Amino acid sequence: MNISEKGFFAIKEMLYKIADDQLILGHRNSEWTGLGPVLEEDIAFSSMAQDKIGHSLAMYEILSQMGESDPDTIAFMRNDDQFHCCHLVEYPIGEYEFSLMRHFFFDMAEAIRFEMLANSTFEPLAMVARKIKGEIKYHTMHAQIWINQLGAATEESNLRMQKALNETFPLALGIFEPGTHEEILAEEGIFEGEKALQDKWLQLVTPILEKAGLQVPSISSITPSYGGRFGSHTPHLQPMLEEMTEVFRIDPSAEW
Amino acid sequence: MYGNAYIDPSLAPNKLTQDEDPIKLAEFEARIAAGDKIEPKDWMPTEYRKQLIRMIEQHAHSEIIGSLPEGTWITRAPGFRRKLALIAKVQDEVGHAQLLYSAAETLGKPREEMINDLISGKSKYSNVFNYPAITWADTAVIAWLIDAGAIVNQLANSKGSYGPYVRALDRICAEESFHLKYGHDNVVYLATGTPKQRQMVQEALTRWWPPIMHFFGPSDKISVHTETLMKWKVKMASNDDMRQTFLNMYVPKIWDLGLVLPDPNLKKNTETGLWEYTEPDWEEFKRVINGDGPCNAERLAVRRQAEEKGRWVRQALLSKDSRYVTPLV
Repeated sequence: MNISEKGFFAIKEMLYKIADDQLILGHRNSEWTGLGPVLEEDIAFSSMAQDKIGHSLAMYEILSQMGESDPDTIAFMRNDDQFHCCHLVEYPIGEYEFSLMRHFFFDMAEAIRFEMLANSTFEPLAMVARKIKGEIKYHTMHAQIWINQLGAATEESNLRMQKALNETFPLALGIFEPGTHEEILAEEGIFEGEKALQDKWLQLVTPILEKAGLQVPSISSITPSYGGRFGSHTPHLQPMLEEMTEVFRIDPSAEW
Repeated sequence: MYGNAYIDPSLAPNKLTQDEDPIKLAEFEARIAAGDKIEPKDWMPTEYRKQLIRMIEQHAHSEIIGSLPEGTWITRAPGFRRKLALIAKVQDEVGHAQLLYSAAETLGKPREEMINDLISGKSKYSNVFNYPAITWADTAVIAWLIDAGAIVNQLANSKGSYGPYVRALDRICAEESFHLKYGHDNVVYLATGTPKQRQMVQEALTRWWPPIMHFFGPSDKISVHTETLMKWKVKMASNDDMRQTFLNMYVPKIWDLGLVLPDPNLKKNTETGLWEYTEPDWEEFKRVINGDGPCNAERLAVRRQAEEKGRWVRQALLSKDSRYVTPLV
């Protein structure tokens, strides 16, 4: 199927939000290096951080091929209002339970998103999606193991995990904030849409959390944390970007 | 200075072996002389076990504390290439700690106890990590030259006699050699880059030279004990020999890049083939190793906080209600 001009525009918007989510969460996960609750978790979060940042690079490369700047410039030279990530990924790593629950919610959504994108009519993306979904499989396995291990292990672990779930759930719903071009993406077979993704996600995460002894709030009672897709962010993003680009901005024309 | 055997030279000359069964000791020493590896369940002298636990544990601590100065630059690495490489490198270091703690555990000391001894200040770790990484260029110098020093030390130790340790070291050395390439590449880009980049790397090198010269430790006091440890293949090379190997391999490479080392006396004596240098300040070395360096308190505080914040996770894993699930089912 040929993709229309509108379709290309819609793809760019979609790629920016996917890539920005991956970059920012990858960056946040990398902050666990050296600080995990057990060495094995330290190593796991570092590993997932590399995957996430690598995935964002693959997305920015597609954008470059579509006429946008090179990946380093896109990633290291924008301010927060030019980013399209959701609020969930922006928060500092916090306590381990927060990072774990964020990782669970986000990667379950990523797994489904790339499963859907693997059949996209936009072939460059479909190709990358087929590779990425194989890697995300390990992230979702990791998240599920830990959710299951910690959900009901001790009174403290249950309380912490439930609190983290309650905090991250509205943020997680922000992943599915609809874009401006949902219809075009669906019509041209590029991506089925955020609504479809959210429905599948909810069906998947709910039984896992319940089995782990955690309660999932009713979605109708929650206000999703929207705005990120349109450049409106939490106060956490800009300071993170300033730190991330501190060296690069010493001389953006230099080779590092 | 990590993974080096040390024994108080003032101890009685037969201290290492006085309580051992002479027949078993002779068999043990014969096996080592024949090039056999000693495995966890084999008989070994008490002092052999003690020295190895101390060495491997210090080495593990050095890896984990060593991940901190570089780790703080992960979030600031310039560009995708460096960002991905630095995360991978620091992840390797934490992985080395995991391998080494496991090797030390085979000698009877649990990981939890080793980590408690680290954060209480009872066990030591490599002195170099008590210095700060002030700029991005510091991380480049660390990745190149500290990792190069570590390889010299670890390659020597990988010829040692304790099976689990030498097998861990073989793997670690293979990974460290990538770190060295990463660090060298990074330094080359800075040294051949803009004037600002060049200035950054020169300043970092000047800052890191004294800790690098300290890295292998002061000259060994030759004693009966050192001879025994060498016979047991616990100590594989003298501190001075390792320092010479390092200088011989890396000083020419540093000079090739047009960088200046802050020691006017540094030169190779063509007659002896040995490097001559200004003796490092060993008083400072002692002061820092005993806790009074620029970052000792900070490093241990970070580690202590990580341990405290993660305690509930470890307790939950030990709970009878924790559900272990096999990943692939």
